[in-house]
Order: sequence, then structure tokens, then C-alpha cells
Amino acid sequence: MSDLNQEMAERYKNNFLKEIEEQAEMGEWVKMCMQCGLCSGSCPTNFHSGWDHPPQEIFMLIRAGKREEVLNSEGMYMCTSCYNCYVRCPRKVPVTHVMHGIAEYAYRIGRAPKAQPTLHLSKTFWSNATKYGRVNEVQLTQSLYFKDGLGAGIKKGLEMKDVALGLVKAGRLNPMEALGMGHKCKDIKGIHAMLAKAEELEARNKAAKGKE
Amino acid sequence: MARKEYAFYPGCSSQKGASASNYLVSVESMCKTLDIRMTEIPDWNCCGASISYAEAGELPRHVMNARNFALAETNLPGQDIVATCAACWLGARESKERLEHSDRLMADTQTALKEAGLAIKVIPEVRHMVEVLIEDLGYDELKKPVKKPLQGMKFAGYVGCQTNRPFGIAGESFENPMYLDKLIETVGGEAVKYDQKVTCCGGALAFSEPDKAQGQIKDIIEAAYDGGAEMIVTPCPLCQANVEVYQGQINKRYGTKFDIPVLYYSQLMTLAYGGSAKEAGLNGNVVQARKLEEFAGK
Amino acid sequence: MADTKTAAYICKGCEIDQRVDVAALSKVATKSGKMNLVREHDFLCSADGVAMIKNDIETEGVTHAAICACSRRAKTEAFNFPTIAMSRGNLREGVIWIRPDTEEARETTQEMAEDYVRMACAEVKAMQVPPGNQKTGTVKTLLVVGGGMSGMTSALEASKAGYKVVLVEKNGALGGWASKLHKRVPTREPFKSPEDNGVADMVARIEADSNIKVYLNASIAKTDGAPGRFKVEIAVESGAVAQEDIGAIIQATGFSLYDANKLPEFGFGKTPNVVDQAGLEALAKEAAAAGKPICRPSDGQPVKSVVFVQCAGQRDASGTHLQYCSGFCCNTSIKQAMYFKDSNPDIDTVVLFTDLRTPGNGEDFYRAAQNKGVIFSKGVVSSVIPSGNACAVKFKDLILNEDTEAQADLVVLATGVVPNSGPDLDALAEANRLADGGDETAKSQVVAMMDQSVLNLTYRQGPDVPQFKHGFNDSHFICFPYETRRTAIYAAGPVRRPMDILQAQEDATGAAMKAIQAMENAGLGKAAHPRAGDLSFPTVRLEGCTQCKRCTVECPFGAIDEDEKRFPLFNESRCRRCGTCMGACPVRVISFENYSVNTVGSQIKAVDVPDEFSEKPRILILACENDAYPALDMAGMNRHEYDPYVRVIPIRCLGSVNTIWITDALNGGYDGVMLMGCKHGEEYQCHFVKGSELGRYRLSKVGDTLKGMNLETERVMDMEVAITDIATLPQKINDYAALIKSFPPSPFKGF
Repeated sequence: MSDLNQEMAERYKNNFLKEIEEQAEMGEWVKMCMQCGLCSGSCPTNFHSGWDHPPQEIFMLIRAGKREEVLNSEGMYMCTSCYNCYVRCPRKVPVTHVMHGIAEYAYRIGRAPKAQPTLHLSKTFWSNATKYGRVNEVQLTQSLYFKDGLGAGIKKGLEMKDVALGLVKAGRLNPMEALGMGHKCKDIKGIHAMLAKAEELEARNKAAKGKE
Repeated sequence: MARKEYAFYPGCSSQKGASASNYLVSVESMCKTLDIRMTEIPDWNCCGASISYAEAGELPRHVMNARNFALAETNLPGQDIVATCAACWLGARESKERLEHSDRLMADTQTALKEAGLAIKVIPEVRHMVEVLIEDLGYDELKKPVKKPLQGMKFAGYVGCQTNRPFGIAGESFENPMYLDKLIETVGGEAVKYDQKVTCCGGALAFSEPDKAQGQIKDIIEAAYDGGAEMIVTPCPLCQANVEVYQGQINKRYGTKFDIPVLYYSQLMTLAYGGSAKEAGLNGNVVQARKLEEFAGK
Repeated sequence: MADTKTAAYICKGCEIDQRVDVAALSKVATKSGKMNLVREHDFLCSADGVAMIKNDIETEGVTHAAICACSRRAKTEAFNFPTIAMSRGNLREGVIWIRPDTEEARETTQEMAEDYVRMACAEVKAMQVPPGNQKTGTVKTLLVVGGGMSGMTSALEASKAGYKVVLVEKNGALGGWASKLHKRVPTREPFKSPEDNGVADMVARIEADSNIKVYLNASIAKTDGAPGRFKVEIAVESGAVAQEDIGAIIQATGFSLYDANKLPEFGFGKTPNVVDQAGLEALAKEAAAAGKPICRPSDGQPVKSVVFVQCAGQRDASGTHLQYCSGFCCNTSIKQAMYFKDSNPDIDTVVLFTDLRTPGNGEDFYRAAQNKGVIFSKGVVSSVIPSGNACAVKFKDLILNEDTEAQADLVVLATGVVPNSGPDLDALAEANRLADGGDETAKSQVVAMMDQSVLNLTYRQGPDVPQFKHGFNDSHFICFPYETRRTAIYAAGPVRRPMDILQAQEDATGAAMKAIQAMENAGLGKAAHPRAGDLSFPTVRLEGCTQCKRCTVECPFGAIDEDEKRFPLFNESRCRRCGTCMGACPVRVISFENYSVNTVGSQIKAVDVPDEFSEKPRILILACENDAYPALDMAGMNRHEYDPYVRVIPIRCLGSVNTIWITDALNGGYDGVMLMGCKHGEEYQCHFVKGSELGRYRLSKVGDTLKGMNLETERVMDMEVAITDIATLPQKINDYAALIKSFPPSPFKGF
């Protein structure tokens, strides 16, 4: 993965803005930011600690060519997809999508921060959803709890016991799903073939950019 | 024949036995009364939700939704796709827009769909259940079947994010949408004023960063109490779950005494239409809505 | 002159007759008003009512009429009798609409109405019909000083309206600042790319216009006279002087760039690779002429990176440089950045700004530049350090909150504008004073300042139009943007405030229209705004004049010169009829036919002041007719009630208030006096610019008088009132009335 990182860094030399414009989904919007800061001010998680760079700063870091700082940032993973920034941006920059796009790019070239819990959730969710075509909520929860190992998982599971029990009692959590008895699509094979093709096309498209 | 027919996209959380199964129960009851037929899209798949952004690229996310479009179009021709889940609606609608605006994306999508033996001709309209209620029927029609108005009950209409932004319900403002309040009033309840109507519940961060999300949830519940609400009502399964199921943990963390039921609009409507507690899916609520259970029993 | 015959007309309409005893009002008009003729009418402003008055004028010979009905601001078209003197008693907005319709209120409401009838009768008896200015000048030629975009636009617009124009330009060619531009900021859809500067087209139109006479390499040597009859001497290159008869003047002398030599920290002067915006335009023109890219001045190599520094020497809070924003430089830098990006997208083009201000359609232009790849960074530049053929621009990134730097082949400073507005009259007056005392430095200062004069007016108050803020020519920034304090002389374009070409052209068009209006009014002997059409003018009883010069000094419009015997010499067509001279005159010898110390004084005296045992105080309100009086009327329309013991007299301006009115009122037993005038100072609202300020200055001395009379100083209250204070004004009146009631009754009652 780090090879891809190096390849991209070389391909775009010092022009990180161009790299983001071509490689990150919706990256072409970064240059249209007018730095008003409405996105950062509208972000629900901006008011919590641990936010290294809110969107406005991410945009400016990109323009300032600070590649490492952007790609290593936790900022993009603080997004709850609430779309507040998106609807408020006076420049109609789809800030939510730009944040997602940069996050995906950082991850793709192997530069995303390690052990980022939301990134982990994202990965887990996608593999869970695409395995059978539908989300298996119990397995999703389990894999989240046990990401830090068995002990931590049990501890967290105990913490969340009441929550889970409540849901089971209310008929909203089926323990049988843990055994893979849950929801799935019939044409799982077709879905997998379709996704494989999509991933192949996506990789081809992205690789072609910046080389014309 | 029912007066309205739609291709139903329940989504992962609203299936039987899933976290929003009581939503499904109440929607079914509500639609029965309103004479709306919802036919599930055969073999539908997950929309990808917003959270898959970091792992899945652009095309894989859109082809997931495109598969549902193709299935709906083939099996339920001429019917709009209707989602009950806010994230499903947003994800599918976003894919529809992007595919319709990019020939390249559409071409690649068709290539991928071919692998599953599918193709898209025209992408059906993608709509949320609330749109169907408001736009296709209208508040007056929704009021007609009310047998037991929810007189004297105070609800905080919690709209949250994804039925509101970025698309929203036509004619509503992002900052203060009124449709949910109007639905509450349509069934005879009182919609209280409070200032966290469109605050984010934390979304997926409720799993990954519970500290952050629970802080937001606390603000929302507090505001609802301050506004005089006895219950919270929402159109979104994730809002419902996040605001409801973590109340115990929040109470421990912040020393609060939250015990406020969080319901779906469809549960209120089912009850007002004379449905039973079971038909309204009240047994699916983790925080028991005792007042409504009594009401249903009367 | 025909015999005086007075008449009072009392209207019963609009429920006046249901709220007050109209028969009693008629009795008051006859007995204390001493009117020769008193009539009531059910609906006075109707055709029938107006016909009745007209008939009285024609057959009964009525010369003076007191119309007691609604406010003087209402029904002005119906009650329009130019051949007679007329006053208005405000029974509707001033009485029944501001009082409750209750039994308890009936008595005080009636008293109020009776007082307003008495006041209207007293006022009209003190008035004359103004005959109009006899010394009118009828020249209809417009002089435009300055041949840039503003001046050319004024000339063309006036010509289109059918007026002759004399256009004077100090340089050898028309075009001004715009002619220095390689291209201009776009003026039409889609606002995405720079446009031709448009000068050639304008010049061609001027040259083809037979109404416009152009003097190049010329300046104004002398401006004498008054609106409609200015005599202007134009010095031309040969040393000859041409003379032109002029009706009105537009000053469109534009601006100069702020001197970048004052910014050594930004490297200006240390390397040719730091230029100001004019310098960049010159480079761009040169490059375009040579068919080459824009090159670095130091070595002639094509520029590969350029940094634009916004607000260089402007918006400076420290006071060292310009304090204001020059309005167009952000758009200019965006345009100049496009010169580079349009020729070669690989040129690094960075704009460093603190706040990007893009008026007009500049936002679209800004977005277009972002799309073209111009980088905009929010940062404050601290220094530009040249080294070899490059520069390091050191700045603080305001978003990332860090000190950083950018390398550039070329640095462009947006330095802002300084108006070409001539000498500051206050500084000139002070230098003149010192020079008169023999100060040699001051003498040379006077010479240097006079050298800068644009108009060389022969006015007693100085050679140019007064300046207001930051040296820009004066203008009423909200209501009358092109008005200066010199009647029929209008400022247009960036000489009056910073603006771009489009704004300047709009400005120039407006100024041309105002100048035409002023010439036409001058020809008819009528006032210019805000009392447009007023035929009255100030007259002075010279035998009483003590030559104190207050009137000549205080006139905000420079209308009063001195004759050879040092008596005031009124130039009526320069006058705006504000009455500031009348308020200033300590011996009260200045008056208008329809507004004088007596017209107001007799109203004050006409009010019935109850004795000290009645517990009915009387409060006089002198309200500015431009803002306060309309606000009071509108309070009435909205049925906001206020105290029944106030009596309101409209005045032309706070500046026209003669302190004798206040002492008369207090001596006459009034318990309090409220003065309502417009805001003054930097953000003044006064329609006569300085009137309210001068009025307040005079009133500040009243305190001593009160102490001398052994009265509480609060008995005279000065209040700023804006026309928008409709809802709050009644409360303020009531609060003041409550305060006055807390004092013992005036000891002067009954004297």
C-alpha cells in the first residue's frame, strides 16, 4: 500500500491540491472553498475534543500542500454524515462528500491513521454488508467489540449488555444472527461479481488520472 | 387494488427481527389503514449507508444501489421506490442523482451490473415514506382515518439529519423543518418547541466514538424535556435507536434520569387510527411508552 | 401690495368633529386667532372644500390661510395655493390620532386642538408669500471636471438629456485610471473573464458628440458666481485662459493609488519585482504589446509564480496607512491573477487576503478565478524579502494559525486609493490664519495647498468642496449621495468614496441628473433639495447687522459671502433654505418670508399656558421637519399615544433654532422644551449636513441661561431622532413629560 502512496506523491510532485482534485472523490471542489468556516462551525463533532482539523482547516492544508498532515488527519473520520456543512456551505461545496472522499483516498493509499475507530467501523460495516448483501447487525456489533482483542471485547460487551438485552427483549436483536442465521440476499454470487467488477473499474479509472 | 402502490425498500435495520423491526410493524399497520400497498423489492440489498465511505470507493457504493434500482424497475415497473429508513433513502437518492448526472459513472455501473445479470433503463423515483404521506396523500387525507386523536400528549418532533439534509422534504427549511410537527398535530398530539430538532444524534459514531455521540444525544433529550415533551418522535431508525437505547448509559455517565420513550411517526399514526399496541409495535420499544400503551388499551 | 385678509379653515373630516368640539375651535380662531374669516367644512381636502378656499381667495381676497386639518405633510396637492401665505394646524396626526378616545381625555384633547388652531393662526399672520429669487442665473451648461470613466459618463449622460457640457481633463488624453488598465473587471454575464477596458469606445462617443466641448491638458483657474451663473476660467496648456458660462458642476477627479513607497516592508523600491496594481497593469500592457507573457522586471524572464498582497497599506487600524477599504482592489487582483492563469495555467498564482471583498458581481468572478486555479489564502503579510530575482513573502496563515512564507517571481501590492479631492478646507483656513499672522511656513503651505485646488472657487468658505471622511469629498451617504455642501456642485465617482468603474458610472449618471435638476431649479429661482422647489430665500435687515460673521461662517453651503463693506452677501441660488444663518444670528435680522424668528416665536406665544395651579404643564417640542416631524406623524398614523401637554412646532433644521425661542418659551411659563434633530457627526443624518451639529453646539450654551433663570437644566432637552423612531418616540416624549411633571411648575407662569 505504501507503494501506492509513494507513486502518488511522485506523480503529483508538490501539487497536493491537484492530487486531491484528481484522486479523491469530489476533490475538485476543494479549490472552491472561500474559507468562511461555516462548515467547521456547523459540525456537531467539532465541539468535542480530539478534532485535529475541522473541514475548513483540511481545505486550507490541502492548498498549503501539507500532504502528510492531511492524509494522517483524524478530522475526516469525525464526520457523522449529518450534512449540516453540506447544506450550509455558501459556495455549495459538498463538504460532507469531500471529507468522505479524502478519507477514502488516504485509506486507499495506506496513509489513514491506524486504529481509527470510525475507519474500523467503516471497513467492518462494508465487509459485513457486502458479505451477504445485507447487514448482519449482531455480527457487526461483535466484530466491533472484539477489534481490540477478546478481553476488551468482553469488557465492552458487558458494558453494552443492558443495551443489547433491551433490544433482544424488544425483539429488535436476533441472537441467532451471530450464527449467520440472519438476513441475506439470495443472489450473493451476483453481488460479489458485480462488486468485483466495480472495484476493478474504479481502480482503473483512478490510475489513469494524472497520467494523461 | 390499493389506491397507491410502491416498490418497498425496507433496508437492513427494518427487517423482521432487526433493530428497527417495530418501525416496519407500524408502517405496515399504517399503510393498511391508508390503503397503500408496499411490495418489497425482491432480493434487495444494503444501500451501503453513509458510513461505508472510508472503505468503499465511489463506484462500488453506487452499484449497490443501482442493483436495487434494476430489481425494482424489472419486477415492479412504474412504481416509485419508497424507503422508510433515512439513510437508505439518502444513499439511494444520492446514487440516482450521481448516476443520472455522469455518463461515465452510469456506463461503469452498467458494466458492473451486467456481472449480476442486471441492467438499468430508467432509474425510478426514490422517495421516503414521509414524502409519500405528505405529497401523495396530504395532511387532510392523513387526518381522515383518525379515530383516537392523541389529545393532550406532548411530543418533541426529532427530525435529525438524513430525512432533512441534504435533500430534505420539499418546501421545508433545513434549519427548522415543520413536517414532523404537522404530522404530530395531524394525529391530535401537541408538538413542543425545542431547540435540538435537527441536531445530529451522532450517527455511526454512536458505535465508534460513544463518548462524542452520547454527548450529543444527551443535549437532544435534555432539550426535549425542557420543551415539555413526554415523548420523542422521529422518522429515522438510527435516530430512534441512538436516542432511545443509550439512555441508561447516559444516565450513568452524566447522572441524568432520562426515561423518555422514542417513537416513530408511524407508531403514533397507527395508534390514532385505532390500532392496537401490538399493531403499533409498542412492544418493540426499549423505553416503554406506558402512556401510549394505556391509550391503546382504552 | 394687496390688503391682508386672514382666514381659518377647520376640517371636520377624518372624525375630527367626533373627537373635538369644532364650534369651539372656530370660536378660538375668531377670538384669539383674530381671523377675518373662519369656516368649517365636513371634508376640507375634497374638491368641494378646496373650491371653497379657492373661491375665498378669488372673491373674498383672502391672502393668509390657516388650514386646520391634517399634518402639513398630508394632502399637499389639495392644499396647494401658491398665491397666498398658508399655515397648517395639525389636528389629525398631531391631536386626535395620538390621544385616546375616552371621556377623561376629552378635555386635554380639546385644549391641544385649540392650541394648534391658535398656533396656525399666529404663524400665518407672520408669513409672507415668497416672491422667488430675482437674481436667477439661467445658464444650462454643465461643467465636468475630470475626463476619466466617471467624467466621461456624466458628460455623455447630460448630453443625452439635451444639455451642453464642458469637459476639462488635466492630462493629454481622456480615460483616466481606466486607460491605464490592460483589461477591466467584467461587466456582463457570465463575469468569468477580464474585458476590454472600454475607454476607446467612450472617447469615440465623446468626440462624436457635438454637445460636449473637451479641454485637454487643462485645469480650472477660477470658479466664480453661483448655480445657474457660474463664471469659470479654464487654464489651458498654452497658458491661455478660456472662459465658460456654467450652470452646474460635476467634480469627477478620481483618485491616485496610495504611494507604495510608504510600504518598504513589502519590498517596494528594493526590487523591481514588487509592483503596485498600476505597475502590474503596465507590465501586462507591455507584455500584450510585445506578444509575450508577463515578465519579471529584474531580468525579463517570464513570471512563473506571483503573489498578490491584498490590503497593502489599507484597512490599517494602526493609523499609519489608509484606514479604509478601497472597494475595488480585490476584484482587480482577481482580474490580474487571471492575466497569468489565462495565459498559462501552470503559473502559481496566489492571492493573500484577510477578507476578500468582491462587490457587484465580483462573487462570480471570484469563483471563476478559483476554477481557473488561482489559490486564495487567508493570511496577513508581514514582509516581502527580495533575494536575487525572487521574493519571499512572509505571512501568517490565519486559518492554520502559523507563520509561513511563499516564494514568488513577482509580488503585486493592492495599495488602495487616495481621492483627488483638493485641499482640506479646515487645514487651509488654519494655514491662512497663520499666514495672515506672518508665519512664513504657513504662507508656503497655503501656496502648496492652493496649488492642489480643483475648482478654485471664489467662495468665502474656501476654494473647493468640503471633505468629510478620509479626505473624500462630502456627500450625504444615505439619502443624497452626490450632494456636496456646495449647491449645484456634485461629486461623482471615486473622489467621493472608493468604488469600481461600474459603480462610478452609475454615480456619474446620478450626478448628471442632479446637476441638471439644480440648473433648472436655479433658473426658476427655486431651492435645490431637500427643500426642492421652495421659493423663499433669506433676507437680512442690514441696518441691524453687527457684522459678527456668524452667518457667513456657519452656512453649511457656503452661500454667504461678504460684500466690500463686510456685510453678509447672500447668494440665493447657492442657498438650501435650512435657516442655519437665521439660527446663528444673535440680533435676529435674518429671515425668510415663510419662516422666521417671528413665525415660530408667535406660535410659541400663541399657546395657552395654564397657571401653576392647574397641574397642566406645557412642553414645547421643536421638531426637525425632515426626520422628527415625519416620525411624529407616523406615530399618529400608527395610533401611538403620547402626552397631551406637548405642543409641536416643525422647524427646518435644528440649525435654524434661534435660542430666543427657547428663552421666550421658558419666560412664557413653559415647563420644558424638547428639541428633536437629526444625528450629527461622522454618521450624520442631517439633511443639511452640518445643521444639526451647529444647532447642538449653540444649544450647549443654553444651560448657563437656565442656571441664570434659576431653572433645572433638564428643562431643555436635546434629542436625536431618526425617521424610523416611530414606535419609540412616543415613549421618549412620555418619559420626558414625566420628568418635567416631577419638577415644580415653572415659576414664570402668568408673567
